[in-house]
Amino acid sequence: MTTYYTKDHEWIRVEGDTGTVGITTYAAGQLGDVVYVELPESGAKFARGDDFAVVESVKAASDVYAPVSGSVLEVNAALTDAPETVNAAAEGEAWFVRLKLSDASELSGLMDEAAYAAFCEGH
Amino acid sequence: MADTTSSPLKRTALHALHVEYGGKLVEFAGYEMPVQFPTGVKEEHLWTRDQAGLFDVSHMGPCFLTLASGTRADPAAHDEIAALIETLVPSDIKGLKPGQARLTVLLNEAGGILDDLIITRPYEEDRQGELYIVVNGAMKDQDWAIFEAALAGKAVLKRADDGVLFALQGPKAEIVLGAHFPDCAGLKFMESRLMLLGGARCIVSRCGYTGEDGFEVLIPADAGPALVRLFLDDPCVRPIGLGARDSLRLEAGLCLYGHDLSPDVSPVEADLAWVIQKRRRETGGFPGAARILRELKDGPARKRVGIRPLERAPAREGTEIHVDGVASGVVTSGGFGPSLDAPVAMGYIDAAFALPGTKIDLMVRGKARPAEIASLPFIPARYKR
Repeated sequence: MTTYYTKDHEWIRVEGDTGTVGITTYAAGQLGDVVYVELPESGAKFARGDDFAVVESVKAASDVYAPVSGSVLEVNAALTDAPETVNAAAEGEAWFVRLKLSDASELSGLMDEAAYAAFCEGH
Repeated sequence: MADTTSSPLKRTALHALHVEYGGKLVEFAGYEMPVQFPTGVKEEHLWTRDQAGLFDVSHMGPCFLTLASGTRADPAAHDEIAALIETLVPSDIKGLKPGQARLTVLLNEAGGILDDLIITRPYEEDRQGELYIVVNGAMKDQDWAIFEAALAGKAVLKRADDGVLFALQGPKAEIVLGAHFPDCAGLKFMESRLMLLGGARCIVSRCGYTGEDGFEVLIPADAGPALVRLFLDDPCVRPIGLGARDSLRLEAGLCLYGHDLSPDVSPVEADLAWVIQKRRRETGGFPGAARILRELKDGPARKRVGIRPLERAPAREGTEIHVDGVASGVVTSGGFGPSLDAPVAMGYIDAAFALPGTKIDLMVRGKARPAEIASLPFIPARYKR
């Protein structure tokens, strides 16, 4: 199980050909109080970089982008009723979707934890 | 809110305090201002409704407009300065009592709103012939140019935006401010007095932009930071950023210029007809009077309304409003109301659908989301009348 990160502050935890996707703790902190999460339908297909979800704070709405291409196996419906979970546990309980990866080679374009930490440091 | 120019951002006299308290600074109206502090927008919002929030609004445009002949201890001097400003605004300024403040709008010739502003008649007998005016920060250069062009030779404009203007808002505001301005408790909503503090001349007004009881205080720049620190040291008080300022005013149903008000919107459409008092409706004599008086008589074609989304998705500014599948209006302010724990919005809709309870659809990211027209404010105002 390996976790990868994007420059748009998503994470993806990969096991075999499935990946669990969410936004990072850093991103949640930048957004502030999350009040709404809009998730895709199960079965929806996304290419890498497509916006597949929306996360809204009191002040603004932000798109969430697919770290890699894939189709949605499952969405975390609990976020709809408890969007504040994103602030409490962004990289755990507050996962957004599970994806079936369509091209695992895309993962090589993502950052590991150390590289992502350095990337955030630079911001 | 992105800054499209490369001119350096201005800073208020309280900038060092914003940094010290961990404010996240953004560009706003040409200034570097805190959008939030470490506790976050929601917490700041709820704190203000429960305790007292302190807002730096020094970026706004406080100014004094004085008769060219100067002030004098004579009520007729007020009538003279009022007559001058009444050529630009539709409110009854002449009828203000000493120390009374009033919301009004600056109009263009088509009756559209160029800014919203608060005009105060000084209470002090020897300051008659002067008006204390606070305009929006983003509009102050425009407004002041209009005042100067229209009133050249008759009145003198003195900007006061080099000082500190702060707001203290919330149920604890009176007791906290009263520790240093004991006379503030004697003011009612929309009343104002000159008060001295350690020799500094301060203007204390009981008004605000949150729907809560509270005050706005203009103090000289050199006295500002030390005084503001005294209030921040009070355990009831926290600094509040622009994010919570916006959610508080939205719940209170108050307009944000450039969003809910603009040069093509009239005060009648904006549901601000109440700023036009009886005498002005009878005699007119303000820019765009023909359109505005007609709209007062026949009703406007569109109207500003409150909107409650019936699901959890907020509808942001620019969201189209549909009624039975037909585009019928647009959201001009929208977000989440922490006190209501629900999304809230304001917008303009065809007058036929403006009645509270009317079912509408908000087109959020291409999907129709059910909502209904709601009366404003969303939360009852707690002004001390």
